[in-house]
Amino acid sequence: MSKNLSTKLLFIITVILSIVSLFVGVSDISIFNIGKEELDIILISRVPRLISILFAGIGMSISGIIMQQIGNNKFVSPSTAGTIDSAKLGVLMALVLIPKPSTSQKIVISFIFAVLGTFIFMRILKMLKVKDIIFIPLVGIMLGNVVGSIADFIAYKNDLSQNMGSFLRGSFTTIIKGNYEMLYLTIPLLVAAFLYANKFNLIGMGEDISVGLGLNYKLVSNIGVIIVSLISALVVIVIGNIPFLGLVIPNIVSIMKGDNLQKNMPFIAMLGASFLLVCDIISRIIIFPYEIPIEMTVGVIGGAIFLYLIFRRNK
Amino acid sequence: MDNKKRTIILLSLLALISIALYVFWGLNPKILRYSFYIRVPRLIAIVIAGSAIALSSMLFQGVTQNRIITPSIMGLDALYSLVQTVVVFLFGSTSIVFTSKPVNFVVNCSLMLILAMILFKLVLKDGKNNIFFLLLVGTVIGTLFRSISSFMQVIIDPNEYDALYAKINASFNLINKDILLIVLAVVLIIFALVYEEISKIEVISLGRDTAINLGVNYDKFTKKMLTFVSILVSVATALVGPITFLGILVVNLTHELTKSYKYNLLIPVSILISIIALVGGQFILERLLNFGGTISIIINFVGGLYFIRLLLKEGKV
Repeated sequence: MSKNLSTKLLFIITVILSIVSLFVGVSDISIFNIGKEELDIILISRVPRLISILFAGIGMSISGIIMQQIGNNKFVSPSTAGTIDSAKLGVLMALVLIPKPSTSQKIVISFIFAVLGTFIFMRILKMLKVKDIIFIPLVGIMLGNVVGSIADFIAYKNDLSQNMGSFLRGSFTTIIKGNYEMLYLTIPLLVAAFLYANKFNLIGMGEDISVGLGLNYKLVSNIGVIIVSLISALVVIVIGNIPFLGLVIPNIVSIMKGDNLQKNMPFIAMLGASFLLVCDIISRIIIFPYEIPIEMTVGVIGGAIFLYLIFRRNK
Repeated sequence: MDNKKRTIILLSLLALISIALYVFWGLNPKILRYSFYIRVPRLIAIVIAGSAIALSSMLFQGVTQNRIITPSIMGLDALYSLVQTVVVFLFGSTSIVFTSKPVNFVVNCSLMLILAMILFKLVLKDGKNNIFFLLLVGTVIGTLFRSISSFMQVIIDPNEYDALYAKINASFNLINKDILLIVLAVVLIIFALVYEEISKIEVISLGRDTAINLGVNYDKFTKKMLTFVSILVSVATALVGPITFLGILVVNLTHELTKSYKYNLLIPVSILISIIALVGGQFILERLLNFGGTISIIINFVGGLYFIRLLLKEGKV
């Protein structure tokens, strides 16, 4: 991708990928020949899938950029700050505590855990004197591991290990009409994120500077954490974990376009969506007619990009 | 010196007690032979894996001169799991590479060695490493390897995968007992080789320049030690699966207990601690609390917390 890939061009790419996504699948549907049955497939399965991909891609990459600003560190994101692992633990706790939890109960509990986990991370961040770019995400990943092992243990004790492995694995396979609509809740959150873009930009300069510029640092960073935790909880519950997305996309955009958040946010959002669309199309065709969970495809591609980013920094 | 001898004797006693408890606790006289048949190979597997993890962590930290990074944190055990998957993926479950256990182990080990050496070459540079950089790269590489393994495991034919599941996913629930003899031989040989050169490890741990000055062929010796590390990690992972944070716990406990720089003390102590932790832990969890498969979860929990503490301590300087 070149440095002057414009927002308009990216928008066109996103639209094309979306259309491709609608027509990739087990039942062969051609654009020129849409009868009633084909229309049903599109409306019940393909469109919901497309919408979830778009929301997940946009939501996770916007969460990533917000976390970067709050953590004042390029490598902080929901998956390197304990947020995602805490959200997972929350879903598990909902299953253990409530006999048959409804989706909204799951979301509330998962959200509470995600917020708690993120705040613990922020606390640790405050205690540290070394704000090394490499060091901070490391602490976050380890925190995530510890939370993850608590979840493993609880799952083991309650005979949910196998269950947890499958339903928290990021995958769009089970998305059909009727079970993805919760994701619409990300819309108000994203709107809020866009409205606050300027303030998040300031926060990224650090507490002292942003307070000096007249910003209510605490309030803005808390709003950021709440937005990120809610989006993470929603995505984890409806789709599952999608690793590295929130980390890789904002970094690529920062390399391409610099750090003006207000200007870049739409670009970040669309790049996140296109990236996830591409990964999803790959997952669907590589072992056609079966498919690979999106978590794995993104894990492989995103992990490789993250490694590249680390090495690039260290030069 | 007396104090150190006492430490070793005490630890050996503790290790023996945990082994005895593990083998004899709640033995049913009616099915004595069956019980032994089940318990003894498991015990041997755990002891070998524990020793291999302890020794590999000690050697690795000596060579890289740090107290935080262990081979599993660098992603080596994830690499072994990946190699196992790749071999199955390439050759299938019916080829000799898979059906003959010794051949399979040797193929896996050699592939692992090549890849590990490339990895070391990429990230370890002449003893001048930014530890945090190494750590982050290691963690991400580990995740990446695990993602690639599960990616390939999904692509493998489902019937084939069913047959292979236990082999490519060893754990404390599914200890891999088929390769005990060959692994035992490998580990003993490495122990003998390391023992012969134990004083050189001390010199190496002083740093590259000092070591060369004192007449050690640094690069060659380091390579040799890293080879041993890769093989030991392969052994442990093949037997009981990955336990990320055991190494770091064992190594740091050893340093706190001995406060020594002598590897002829450090290595045996670390091995004993590792055996006590695994066998004793497994005894308590499996027999007393009925949580058979959770030992690696608990070790990762305790180890993870301890690791954060270590990081925070470093981060405050």
